[in-house]
Amino acid sequence: MITVQQEDFDHGREYEALRELANRDGAIVTFTGLVRDFNSQCSVSNVVIEHYSGMTEKYLMQICSDAKKRWNLGQVRIIHRIGTLEAFEQIVFVGVSSKHRQNAFEAAQFIMDILKTTAPFWKQETTAKGTQWVKRKDSDEAAAAKWSGA
Amino acid sequence: MLRIRFFGSIREQLQTSSIDVEYAGEETVSDLMAKLIEKGERWLILEEQDVLVAVNMTLCGKDAVINSGDELAFFPPVTGG
Repeated sequence: MITVQQEDFDHGREYEALRELANRDGAIVTFTGLVRDFNSQCSVSNVVIEHYSGMTEKYLMQICSDAKKRWNLGQVRIIHRIGTLEAFEQIVFVGVSSKHRQNAFEAAQFIMDILKTTAPFWKQETTAKGTQWVKRKDSDEAAAAKWSGA
Repeated sequence: MLRIRFFGSIREQLQTSSIDVEYAGEETVSDLMAKLIEKGERWLILEEQDVLVAVNMTLCGKDAVINSGDELAFFPPVTGG
């Protein structure tokens, strides 16, 4: 299940929901992304996250579907927030259940790596110098590329 | 008619989030970009190397053929997560 929302999410509640649905699975892996209060040059007070409504949901569902084709998974949950988020707020949640931990670990990492390079979200940071759009990072591209053909 | 949407830094630079254009058909994304760029200097941003294009919410190349009623979008590389 995927959700794009302005509101914060409760990690504990999301984990319990996964656990309840993870029928006989032996592993649950969760990842939570937070707003950093710095970038490579200066401090960051908040970020504004823009998205392409409709396309975002379509790509997040595609990522879930691709993960389920690659690994034997039970539940897959993605939450991504939009709007203005202050430093240290939660941005993104990924939760995966599987019979075995290796599949769950790998699938969670795959989902985040592909999300960061294909899901249409854009971040604008507010810093002491003003606002600026976050640029694509080569390290994110490299992280996503390692799954192609793997 | 086509709806063209813009996101992120491209939306900001063009000072618009969407426009509707008359469409005669049989054109590619590249053809349409050439027409948009004729609108003025700030539209040259669409020619930057890292601009991405989606037709009907699917990423595509600039050689993709457009059909009347399609929704196009131009945006910079994504930076979510």
